[in-house]
Amino acid sequence: MDEIRHSLATDLDGSFQAVVEQMSTRIYWGLRRISADHQEAEDLTQETFIRAYKALGSYDSQRIRDMKLEPWLWTIALNLGRNQMRDRSRRPTYVELEDSGIDDPEVADGRAWDQRLNCLNGHQRTAVVLRHVSGLGIGDIAEATGRPEGTVKADIHRGLAKLREIMEDER
Amino acid sequence: MSIETQLSKLMGDIPDGMTEGIALGTGLADGYDLYESAIGDVVVTFNPMGVSSLDIADDGFAGRFSDRFERGLLRATAPSSWGKHIPAAIEAGRPGKIPVDLRSITAFQADVLGRTATIPRGEVRPYAWLAKEVRRPNAVRAAGSAVAKNPIPLIIPCHRVVRADGHIGNYSLGGPDNKYDLLEHEGTNPNWLEGLAVKHVRLHGDTSTGVVCHPTCHRVRAANQGDVTDFRSLQEAQDEGFRLCEICRPT
Repeated sequence: MDEIRHSLATDLDGSFQAVVEQMSTRIYWGLRRISADHQEAEDLTQETFIRAYKALGSYDSQRIRDMKLEPWLWTIALNLGRNQMRDRSRRPTYVELEDSGIDDPEVADGRAWDQRLNCLNGHQRTAVVLRHVSGLGIGDIAEATGRPEGTVKADIHRGLAKLREIMEDER
Repeated sequence: MSIETQLSKLMGDIPDGMTEGIALGTGLADGYDLYESAIGDVVVTFNPMGVSSLDIADDGFAGRFSDRFERGLLRATAPSSWGKHIPAAIEAGRPGKIPVDLRSITAFQADVLGRTATIPRGEVRPYAWLAKEVRRPNAVRAAGSAVAKNPIPLIIPCHRVVRADGHIGNYSLGGPDNKYDLLEHEGTNPNWLEGLAVKHVRLHGDTSTGVVCHPTCHRVRAANQGDVTDFRSLQEAQDEGFRLCEICRPT
Protein backbone atom coordinates (compact mmCIF):
# COMPACT_ATOMS: atom_id res chain seq x y z
CA MET A 1 0.00 0.00 0.00
CA ASP A 2 2.86 2.37 0.88
CA GLU A 3 4.52 1.43 -2.36
CA ILE A 4 1.46 2.21 -4.43
CA ARG A 5 1.01 5.60 -2.75
CA HIS A 6 4.61 6.40 -3.49
CA SER A 7 4.28 5.53 -7.17
CA LEU A 8 0.96 7.42 -7.40
CA ALA A 9 2.69 10.49 -6.01
CA THR A 10 5.49 10.31 -8.57
CA ASP A 11 3.75 8.82 -11.63
CA LEU A 12 -0.03 9.06 -11.48
CA ASP A 13 -0.70 7.95 -15.07
CA GLY A 14 1.72 5.05 -14.86
CA SER A 15 0.45 3.63 -11.58
CA PHE A 16 -3.27 4.42 -11.44
CA GLN A 17 -4.19 1.23 -13.26
CA ALA A 18 -2.51 -0.72 -10.44
CA VAL A 19 -4.78 1.03 -7.92
CA VAL A 20 -7.78 0.07 -10.01
CA GLU A 21 -6.64 -3.54 -10.18
CA GLN A 22 -5.96 -3.70 -6.47
CA MET A 23 -9.12 -2.06 -5.20
CA SER A 24 -11.90 -2.25 -7.77
CA THR A 25 -13.01 -5.75 -6.75
CA ARG A 26 -13.64 -4.78 -3.12
CA ILE A 27 -15.31 -1.53 -4.12
CA TYR A 28 -17.53 -3.09 -6.79
CA TRP A 29 -18.69 -5.95 -4.56
CA GLY A 30 -19.19 -3.66 -1.59
CA LEU A 31 -21.31 -1.31 -3.69
CA ARG A 32 -23.09 -4.27 -5.19
CA ARG A 33 -24.13 -5.57 -1.74
CA ILE A 34 -25.12 -2.06 -0.63
CA SER A 35 -27.14 -1.25 -3.76
CA ALA A 36 -28.26 -4.80 -4.71
CA ASP A 37 -27.86 -3.72 -8.34
CA HIS A 38 -25.13 -4.84 -10.75
CA GLN A 39 -25.42 -1.95 -13.17
CA GLU A 40 -25.53 0.68 -10.45
CA ALA A 41 -22.53 -0.84 -8.66
CA GLU A 42 -20.56 -0.99 -11.92
CA ASP A 43 -21.40 2.62 -12.84
CA LEU A 44 -20.59 3.85 -9.34
CA THR A 45 -17.29 1.96 -9.24
CA GLN A 46 -16.21 3.41 -12.58
CA GLU A 47 -17.27 6.89 -11.60
CA THR A 48 -15.48 6.57 -8.25
CA PHE A 49 -12.16 5.77 -9.91
CA ILE A 50 -12.62 8.44 -12.59
CA ARG A 51 -13.28 11.08 -9.90
CA ALA A 52 -10.38 9.78 -7.83
CA TYR A 53 -8.03 10.04 -10.81
CA LYS A 54 -9.08 13.64 -11.45
CA ALA A 55 -8.71 14.55 -7.77
CA LEU A 56 -5.29 12.92 -7.47
CA GLY A 57 -4.14 14.92 -10.48
CA SER A 58 -4.80 18.12 -8.54
CA TYR A 59 -3.12 16.99 -5.29
CA ASP A 60 0.54 17.60 -4.54
CA SER A 61 2.73 14.56 -4.03
CA GLN A 62 3.02 14.95 -0.26
CA ARG A 63 -0.76 14.91 0.11
CA ILE A 64 -0.94 11.69 -1.91
CA ARG A 65 1.81 10.06 0.19
CA ASP A 66 -0.07 10.95 3.39
CA MET A 67 -3.51 9.79 2.36
CA LYS A 68 -5.32 6.59 3.25
CA LEU A 69 -6.31 5.44 -0.19
CA GLU A 70 -9.01 2.88 0.46
CA PRO A 71 -11.20 4.85 2.92
CA TRP A 72 -10.75 7.90 0.69
CA LEU A 73 -12.03 5.93 -2.33
CA TRP A 74 -14.96 4.72 -0.24
CA THR A 75 -15.82 8.29 0.78
CA ILE A 76 -16.08 9.16 -2.91
CA ALA A 77 -18.08 6.01 -3.68
CA LEU A 78 -20.57 6.51 -0.85
CA ASN A 79 -21.08 10.20 -1.68
CA LEU A 80 -21.66 9.34 -5.33
CA GLY A 81 -24.13 6.66 -4.28
CA ARG A 82 -26.09 9.18 -2.24
CA ASN A 83 -26.10 11.74 -5.07
CA GLN A 84 -27.07 9.08 -7.55
CA MET A 85 -30.08 8.12 -5.43
CA ARG A 86 -31.03 11.78 -5.35
CA ASP A 87 -30.72 12.42 -9.05
CA ARG A 88 -30.32 9.57 -11.48
CA SER A 89 -30.94 11.62 -14.58
CA ARG A 90 -27.97 13.97 -14.32
CA ARG A 91 -25.21 11.46 -14.91
CA PRO A 92 -22.29 12.63 -17.02
CA THR A 93 -21.61 10.86 -20.31
CA TYR A 94 -18.31 9.18 -20.88
CA VAL A 95 -16.51 7.30 -23.55
CA GLU A 96 -17.96 3.82 -23.03
CA LEU A 97 -16.86 0.35 -24.02
CA GLU A 98 -18.93 -0.92 -26.89
CA ASP A 99 -20.55 -3.75 -24.93
CA SER A 100 -20.24 -2.81 -21.28
CA GLY A 101 -22.50 -3.88 -18.46
CA ILE A 102 -24.01 -6.97 -20.04
CA ASP A 103 -22.40 -9.80 -18.12
CA ASP A 104 -23.41 -10.02 -14.49
CA PRO A 105 -20.74 -11.78 -12.40
CA GLU A 106 -23.13 -12.49 -9.45
CA VAL A 107 -21.95 -15.02 -6.84
CA ALA A 108 -23.95 -17.95 -5.47
CA ASP A 109 -26.45 -16.84 -2.79
CA GLY A 110 -25.88 -13.18 -3.76
CA ARG A 111 -29.54 -12.49 -4.28
CA ALA A 112 -30.58 -14.20 -1.03
CA TRP A 113 -28.06 -12.11 0.90
CA ASP A 114 -29.23 -8.90 -0.79
CA GLN A 115 -32.73 -9.66 0.51
CA ARG A 116 -31.45 -10.21 4.04
CA LEU A 117 -29.25 -7.09 3.93
CA ASN A 118 -32.25 -5.14 2.72
CA CYS A 119 -33.82 -5.59 6.17
CA LEU A 120 -31.02 -3.52 7.75
CA ASN A 121 -31.11 0.24 7.91
CA GLY A 122 -28.73 2.13 5.57
CA HIS A 123 -25.98 2.74 8.16
CA GLN A 124 -26.04 -0.86 9.36
CA ARG A 125 -26.00 -2.25 5.85
CA THR A 126 -23.08 -0.05 4.77
CA ALA A 127 -21.08 -0.82 7.92
CA VAL A 128 -21.68 -4.59 7.77
CA VAL A 129 -20.83 -4.76 4.06
CA LEU A 130 -17.67 -2.64 4.39
CA ARG A 131 -16.50 -4.68 7.37
CA HIS A 132 -17.35 -8.22 6.31
CA VAL A 133 -17.70 -8.19 2.51
CA SER A 134 -15.05 -5.65 1.52
CA GLY A 135 -12.92 -6.38 4.59
CA LEU A 136 -12.21 -2.85 5.87
CA GLY A 137 -11.12 -2.18 9.47
CA ILE A 138 -13.33 -0.23 11.89
CA GLY A 139 -11.09 2.86 11.67
CA ASP A 140 -11.25 2.90 7.86
CA ILE A 141 -15.04 2.50 7.90
CA ALA A 142 -15.34 5.40 10.35
CA GLU A 143 -13.22 7.51 8.02
CA ALA A 144 -15.13 6.46 4.91
CA THR A 145 -18.57 7.07 6.39
CA GLY A 146 -17.70 10.06 8.56
CA ARG A 147 -19.19 8.36 11.63
CA PRO A 148 -17.42 7.76 14.97
CA GLU A 149 -15.78 4.36 15.48
CA GLY A 150 -18.09 3.53 18.39
CA THR A 151 -21.13 4.18 16.23
CA VAL A 152 -19.69 2.06 13.42
CA LYS A 153 -19.09 -0.81 15.85
CA ALA A 154 -22.65 -0.53 17.12
CA ASP A 155 -24.00 -0.45 13.53
CA ILE A 156 -22.07 -3.63 12.70
CA HIS A 157 -23.12 -5.34 15.93
CA ARG A 158 -26.80 -4.54 15.46
CA GLY A 159 -26.68 -5.36 11.77
CA LEU A 160 -25.15 -8.80 12.39
CA ALA A 161 -27.67 -9.47 15.16
CA LYS A 162 -30.52 -8.69 12.81
CA LEU A 163 -29.03 -10.93 10.10
CA ARG A 164 -28.77 -13.76 12.64
CA GLU A 165 -32.46 -13.32 13.50
CA ILE A 166 -33.41 -13.37 9.82
CA MET A 167 -31.36 -16.54 9.25
CA GLU A 168 -33.09 -18.25 12.19
CA ASP A 169 -36.50 -17.27 10.81
CA GLU A 170 -35.55 -18.80 7.48
CA ARG A 171 -35.01 -22.24 9.03
CA MET B 1 -20.51 -21.40 8.82
CA SER B 2 -20.71 -18.11 10.70
CA ILE B 3 -22.50 -15.12 9.18
CA GLU B 4 -19.20 -13.27 8.99
CA THR B 5 -17.62 -16.08 6.97
CA GLN B 6 -20.63 -16.27 4.64
CA LEU B 7 -20.51 -12.51 4.07
CA SER B 8 -16.81 -12.71 3.23
CA LYS B 9 -17.64 -15.08 0.35
CA LEU B 10 -19.96 -12.59 -1.35
CA MET B 11 -17.26 -11.19 -3.61
CA GLY B 12 -16.76 -12.61 -7.09
CA ASP B 13 -14.93 -11.46 -10.18
CA ILE B 14 -15.09 -7.87 -11.31
CA PRO B 15 -17.44 -7.36 -14.25
CA ASP B 16 -15.98 -7.76 -17.73
CA GLY B 17 -14.86 -4.46 -19.18
CA MET B 18 -15.03 -2.46 -15.95
CA THR B 19 -11.28 -1.85 -15.72
CA GLU B 20 -11.27 -0.85 -19.38
CA GLY B 21 -14.24 1.45 -18.73
CA ILE B 22 -12.25 3.20 -16.01
CA ALA B 23 -9.24 3.55 -18.34
CA LEU B 24 -11.53 5.19 -20.92
CA GLY B 25 -13.26 7.41 -18.38
CA THR B 26 -10.00 8.72 -16.96
CA GLY B 27 -8.51 9.17 -20.42
CA LEU B 28 -5.66 6.75 -19.64
CA ALA B 29 -6.83 4.91 -22.74
CA ASP B 30 -8.65 6.31 -25.76
CA GLY B 31 -11.66 4.71 -27.36
CA TYR B 32 -11.91 4.11 -31.09
CA ASP B 33 -14.65 3.50 -33.59
CA LEU B 34 -14.80 3.05 -37.37
CA TYR B 35 -16.40 5.51 -39.77
CA GLU B 36 -16.83 5.89 -43.51
CA SER B 37 -15.22 8.68 -45.49
CA ALA B 38 -14.72 9.77 -49.09
CA ILE B 39 -11.34 7.96 -49.08
CA GLY B 40 -12.54 4.75 -47.40
CA ASP B 41 -12.92 3.49 -43.84
CA VAL B 42 -11.22 5.53 -41.14
CA VAL B 43 -10.61 5.08 -37.40
CA VAL B 44 -11.53 7.92 -35.07
CA THR B 45 -10.13 7.90 -31.51
CA PHE B 46 -11.59 9.88 -28.64
CA ASN B 47 -11.34 10.49 -24.92
CA PRO B 48 -13.21 12.69 -22.42
CA MET B 49 -11.46 15.79 -23.85
CA GLY B 50 -12.66 15.17 -27.38
CA VAL B 51 -11.58 13.55 -30.64
CA SER B 52 -7.86 12.83 -30.46
CA SER B 53 -6.98 11.34 -33.85
CA LEU B 54 -8.18 10.07 -37.19
CA ASP B 55 -6.33 7.49 -39.26
CA ILE B 56 -6.78 5.03 -42.11
CA ALA B 57 -8.52 1.86 -40.88
CA ASP B 58 -5.80 -0.64 -41.76
CA ASP B 59 -4.00 -3.29 -39.70
CA GLY B 60 -1.41 -0.82 -38.41
CA PHE B 61 -3.56 1.92 -36.89
CA ALA B 62 -3.36 0.67 -33.28
CA GLY B 63 0.43 0.50 -33.45
CA ARG B 64 0.69 3.97 -34.96
CA PHE B 65 -1.63 5.32 -32.24
CA SER B 66 0.36 3.87 -29.35
CA ASP B 67 3.69 4.97 -30.90
CA ARG B 68 2.47 8.51 -31.22
CA PHE B 69 0.24 9.02 -28.15
CA GLU B 70 1.62 6.40 -25.72
CA ARG B 71 -1.86 5.51 -24.50
CA GLY B 72 -3.96 2.38 -24.76
CA LEU B 73 -6.72 2.02 -27.34
CA LEU B 74 -10.03 0.21 -26.81
CA ARG B 75 -13.02 -0.35 -29.07
CA ALA B 76 -15.64 2.00 -27.66
CA THR B 77 -18.58 4.29 -28.26
CA ALA B 78 -17.94 8.04 -28.38
CA PRO B 79 -19.62 10.17 -25.67
CA SER B 80 -23.30 10.49 -26.52
CA SER B 81 -23.27 14.29 -26.21
CA TRP B 82 -21.11 14.80 -29.33
CA GLY B 83 -20.29 11.35 -30.75
CA LYS B 84 -23.27 11.45 -33.09
CA HIS B 85 -21.79 14.48 -34.88
CA ILE B 86 -18.59 12.65 -35.93
CA PRO B 87 -19.87 11.36 -39.33
CA ALA B 88 -21.10 14.85 -40.28
CA ALA B 89 -17.77 16.39 -39.21
CA ILE B 90 -15.85 13.92 -41.40
CA GLU B 91 -18.05 14.64 -44.40
CA ALA B 92 -18.04 18.43 -43.89
CA GLY B 93 -14.32 18.62 -43.09
CA ARG B 94 -15.00 20.81 -40.09
CA PRO B 95 -15.02 19.99 -36.33
CA GLY B 96 -18.26 21.92 -35.75
CA LYS B 97 -19.77 20.71 -32.47
CA ILE B 98 -17.01 18.20 -31.78
CA PRO B 99 -14.39 19.02 -29.13
CA VAL B 100 -10.86 18.18 -30.25
CA ASP B 101 -7.99 17.02 -28.06
CA LEU B 102 -4.80 18.66 -29.38
CA ARG B 103 -2.57 17.97 -26.34
CA SER B 104 -0.15 16.07 -28.58
CA ILE B 105 0.98 19.26 -30.36
CA THR B 106 2.22 22.72 -29.32
CA ALA B 107 -0.01 25.77 -28.77
CA PHE B 108 1.35 27.32 -32.00
CA GLN B 109 0.59 24.16 -33.94
CA ALA B 110 -2.92 24.01 -32.44
CA ASP B 111 -3.40 27.63 -33.46
CA VAL B 112 -2.40 26.81 -37.04
CA LEU B 113 -4.80 23.86 -37.11
CA GLY B 114 -7.54 26.06 -35.68
CA ARG B 115 -7.12 28.36 -38.67
CA THR B 116 -6.93 25.37 -41.03
CA ALA B 117 -10.37 24.38 -39.80
CA THR B 118 -11.79 27.70 -41.08
CA ILE B 119 -10.84 27.04 -44.75
CA PRO B 120 -14.19 26.55 -46.50
CA ARG B 121 -15.05 23.31 -48.25
CA GLY B 122 -14.22 23.57 -51.93
CA GLU B 123 -11.35 26.01 -51.36
CA VAL B 124 -7.61 25.73 -50.65
CA ARG B 125 -4.99 28.01 -49.06
CA PRO B 126 -1.17 27.98 -49.12
CA TYR B 127 0.98 27.48 -46.00
CA ALA B 128 1.98 31.15 -46.11
CA TRP B 129 -1.66 32.11 -45.64
CA LEU B 130 -1.83 30.03 -42.42
CA ALA B 131 1.38 31.62 -41.11
CA LYS B 132 -0.05 35.08 -41.73
CA GLU B 133 -3.41 34.17 -40.19
CA VAL B 134 -1.74 33.18 -36.91
CA ARG B 135 0.29 36.44 -37.02
CA ARG B 136 3.61 34.69 -37.66
CA PRO B 137 4.08 35.57 -41.37
CA ASN B 138 7.70 34.37 -41.35
CA ALA B 139 6.85 31.01 -39.79
CA VAL B 140 5.78 29.39 -43.06
CA ARG B 141 7.86 26.24 -42.50
CA ALA B 142 6.61 25.93 -38.93
CA ALA B 143 3.03 26.27 -40.21
CA GLY B 144 3.80 23.52 -42.72
CA SER B 145 5.10 21.21 -40.04
CA ALA B 146 2.03 21.96 -37.88
CA VAL B 147 -0.20 20.86 -40.74
CA ALA B 148 1.93 17.73 -41.23
CA LYS B 149 1.41 16.91 -37.53
CA ASN B 150 -2.37 17.30 -37.74
CA PRO B 151 -3.60 14.38 -35.60
CA ILE B 152 -7.18 14.69 -36.90
CA PRO B 153 -7.05 14.93 -40.71
CA LEU B 154 -10.38 15.11 -42.61
CA ILE B 155 -12.12 16.69 -39.59
CA ILE B 156 -9.40 19.35 -39.42
CA PRO B 157 -9.16 19.77 -43.21
CA CYS B 158 -5.40 19.92 -43.83
CA HIS B 159 -6.13 18.54 -47.31
CA ARG B 160 -7.20 22.13 -48.11
CA VAL B 161 -3.68 23.43 -47.51
CA VAL B 162 -1.42 23.49 -50.60
CA ARG B 163 2.20 24.33 -51.25
CA ALA B 164 3.36 27.93 -51.57
CA ASP B 165 3.95 27.37 -55.31
CA GLY B 166 0.33 26.30 -55.70
CA HIS B 167 1.02 22.59 -56.21
CA ILE B 168 -1.26 20.23 -54.29
CA GLY B 169 1.64 18.81 -52.24
CA ASN B 170 1.87 15.83 -49.93
CA TYR B 171 -0.76 14.42 -47.59
CA SER B 172 -0.31 12.58 -44.31
CA LEU B 173 -3.43 10.44 -44.60
CA GLY B 174 -2.37 7.84 -47.13
CA GLY B 175 -0.49 10.09 -49.57
CA PRO B 176 -1.23 12.70 -52.28
CA ASP B 177 -3.73 10.53 -54.20
CA ASN B 178 -6.09 10.81 -51.26
CA LYS B 179 -5.64 14.59 -51.23
CA TYR B 180 -6.62 14.68 -54.92
CA ASP B 181 -9.67 12.53 -54.28
CA LEU B 182 -10.77 14.62 -51.30
CA LEU B 183 -10.44 17.93 -53.14
CA GLU B 184 -12.36 16.50 -56.07
CA HIS B 185 -15.03 15.17 -53.69
CA GLU B 186 -15.41 18.68 -52.29
CA GLY B 187 -15.80 20.29 -55.70
CA THR B 188 -12.27 21.61 -56.13
CA ASN B 189 -10.67 20.50 -59.40
CA PRO B 190 -7.12 19.37 -58.47
CA ASN B 191 -6.00 19.28 -62.13
CA TRP B 192 -7.10 22.87 -62.54
CA LEU B 193 -5.10 23.81 -59.41
CA GLU B 194 -2.02 21.99 -60.73
CA GLY B 195 -2.46 23.80 -64.06
CA LEU B 196 -2.44 27.18 -62.32
CA ALA B 197 0.68 26.16 -60.37
CA VAL B 198 2.51 25.20 -63.57
CA LYS B 199 1.66 28.64 -65.01
CA HIS B 200 2.83 30.24 -61.70
CA VAL B 201 -0.63 31.75 -61.23
CA ARG B 202 -1.14 32.37 -57.50
CA LEU B 203 -4.09 34.75 -57.45
CA HIS B 204 -7.13 35.77 -59.44
CA GLY B 205 -8.40 39.33 -59.75
CA ASP B 206 -11.90 40.39 -60.73
CA THR B 207 -11.48 43.39 -63.07
CA SER B 208 -15.13 44.43 -62.58
CA THR B 209 -14.67 44.91 -58.83
CA GLY B 210 -10.88 45.42 -58.52
CA VAL B 211 -10.68 42.71 -55.87
CA VAL B 212 -7.93 40.06 -55.79
CA CYS B 213 -8.56 36.59 -54.29
CA HIS B 214 -7.09 33.14 -53.89
CA PRO B 215 -8.18 31.29 -57.05
CA THR B 216 -10.56 28.99 -55.13
CA CYS B 217 -12.25 31.79 -53.14
CA HIS B 218 -15.98 31.52 -53.81
CA ARG B 219 -16.08 35.27 -54.47
CA VAL B 220 -13.82 35.28 -57.53
CA ARG B 221 -15.23 31.95 -58.73
CA ALA B 222 -18.66 33.57 -58.84
CA ALA B 223 -17.26 36.37 -61.04
CA ASN B 224 -17.87 36.51 -64.77
CA GLN B 225 -14.99 34.41 -66.25
CA GLY B 226 -14.25 37.17 -68.79
CA ASP B 227 -13.49 39.53 -65.91
CA VAL B 228 -10.97 37.23 -64.18
CA THR B 229 -7.28 38.02 -64.59
CA ASP B 230 -4.22 36.05 -63.44
CA PHE B 231 -1.56 37.29 -61.01
CA ARG B 232 1.75 35.70 -60.12
CA SER B 233 2.07 37.57 -56.86
CA LEU B 234 0.21 39.86 -54.52
CA GLN B 235 2.65 42.64 -55.40
CA GLU B 236 1.67 42.34 -59.06
CA ALA B 237 -2.03 42.68 -58.18
CA GLN B 238 -1.44 45.61 -55.85
CA ASP B 239 0.71 47.37 -58.46
CA GLU B 240 -2.30 47.22 -60.77
CA GLY B 241 -4.47 48.80 -58.06
CA PHE B 242 -6.33 45.67 -56.92
CA ARG B 243 -7.42 45.52 -53.28
CA LEU B 244 -7.35 42.38 -51.13
CA CYS B 245 -10.48 40.29 -50.75
CA GLU B 246 -11.55 40.54 -47.11
CA ILE B 247 -13.08 37.06 -47.25
CA CYS B 248 -10.05 34.98 -48.32
CA ARG B 249 -7.37 37.51 -47.27
CA PRO B 250 -4.87 36.55 -50.02
CA THR B 251 -1.15 36.28 -49.38
